[in-house]
Amino acid sequence: MEKQLQDKSVIETGEMVLNMGPQHPSTHGVLRLKIHTDGEIVSKIEPILGYLHRCFEKHCEKLGYEQIVPFTDRCDYLASMHMDHAFSIAVEKLLDVKLPERVEFIRVIVAELQRIASHLIAVGAFGLDVGAITPFTWTLRDRERILDLFETLCGARLLYNYIWPGGVSHDLPPLFIERTKEFLDYFTPKIDELNQLLTTNKIFIERSADVGVLPADVAINFGVTGPSLRGSGVKFDLRKNEPYSIYEKFDFDVPIGKGEMGSVGDCWDRYYVRVLEMIESVKIIRQACEQIPEGDVHEALPKKIRPEKGEVYGRYESARGDVGFYIISNGKNIPLRVKMRSPAFCNLSVLSEISEGWMISDVIANLGSLDIVLGEIDR
Amino acid sequence: MTFDEIVKHIELKSADKFSIEEGKSVLFISPDNWEEIAAILKNDSELEFDYLMCISSYDKGDNTIYGVAYNFYSTSKQHYLEIRIEVEDGISIPSITSLWRAADWHEREAYDMMGLKFVGHPDLKRILLADDWEGHPLRKNYQEPDYYHGLPIPKDKSYWE
Repeated sequence: MEKQLQDKSVIETGEMVLNMGPQHPSTHGVLRLKIHTDGEIVSKIEPILGYLHRCFEKHCEKLGYEQIVPFTDRCDYLASMHMDHAFSIAVEKLLDVKLPERVEFIRVIVAELQRIASHLIAVGAFGLDVGAITPFTWTLRDRERILDLFETLCGARLLYNYIWPGGVSHDLPPLFIERTKEFLDYFTPKIDELNQLLTTNKIFIERSADVGVLPADVAINFGVTGPSLRGSGVKFDLRKNEPYSIYEKFDFDVPIGKGEMGSVGDCWDRYYVRVLEMIESVKIIRQACEQIPEGDVHEALPKKIRPEKGEVYGRYESARGDVGFYIISNGKNIPLRVKMRSPAFCNLSVLSEISEGWMISDVIANLGSLDIVLGEIDR
Repeated sequence: MTFDEIVKHIELKSADKFSIEEGKSVLFISPDNWEEIAAILKNDSELEFDYLMCISSYDKGDNTIYGVAYNFYSTSKQHYLEIRIEVEDGISIPSITSLWRAADWHEREAYDMMGLKFVGHPDLKRILLADDWEGHPLRKNYQEPDYYHGLPIPKDKSYWE
């Protein structure tokens, strides 16, 4: 029998290539993974991108700056506010505009609400990936309340076109601050519920702790940012390290992975950093709601956006990581070049590195813990 | 470190291998010197640029000069640097994938979109577009094909332009 197993003519051994996607529920969109395996052990993964490529950067070269905002919305469709904010910050750097206080406060409030909404999807979908179905419905239920808030704000639930270069499209509607506070009061105990249901669930820990360990130096070398980097124990958050907008006014912590259930930088750490970040976002929103001043939100909106010749690289901490907009202006109302540094694009590139030597089912966990959005990767 | 301090520090290690334009905080480097300077940026204990944020390719619109902008950041020293390399069409740029793995996909994207070639890249192929796509769409002189795999590409763009 043993001889037979070693005889290659009886059982064929060797590398097997397994195709996952582009249509697959665990790839979070239209992503195709070419997985090279030895038995059930993964030896290499080749992500194949571009199924959602919509020529964002080429479109930008034909459109005025204010017309690009709806396109940035569609890049990261789970955190549209962040994309608009990131792009607006880059353009404002180029224009050198001074924004009214109220605009900055509104932007911080909506950006942090958006961060909670995006992280709710991330943690829920990660649970779904590793087999926990109920938490996903719970997180979607809470996210719905944030989308309702955004609906009262600008009429849209997913693609807002709300933050514009130089301001925001509308002032806050009546009772928005009160409703936001109500939501925070409702939401804070829900995090404890989520922790009881999912975070400390034994099966969930078995599936995610010690899986897909990403060491800090590897993460930085690959350009991994956001919660995925902080899960590896690196205290790096642009809101603290290079404060933009008015983040230096608020008191909040930067949660990092500590390896509580396994080793630092495993899937569980990346997951738990997102849960802790939601608590920090709640803190920021509470402070912003208390301090928000009165004022005109359209004061600084430029009539026509026509920046001087020059280049700018604007950075922003989105729900997925470090978004960068590299804009080259040639003095016209249309940019010469807009390049978007997409955080999920860089985060995804590390997938092969952390999945090597793990089972195929752990690839799903690794991919889920990186929290990718294909709209932003493919642009 | 501020930009001026970084420039002084690099000057100590390798003088005359870069240039600076008036009023801009950018280092211009020729492709021949890029490997040497990149190694200094990565390994020097004062600089420690461990995080490559972005590689942006650009076309100035004159169909001859193409450029790449590298944005670096140091997570330990918390400073920032932008490097630019401008080359004529067809001239290759050394790849920095061996120093920063993040450069892998960014260089592939620059090749895909702008047609820049990186020498020493382990697997320089298209990333966002299909493998059999012709041309590099972000070049200003890019002509859209009439057909792609037998499907006509619409020429009437009055709906969205």
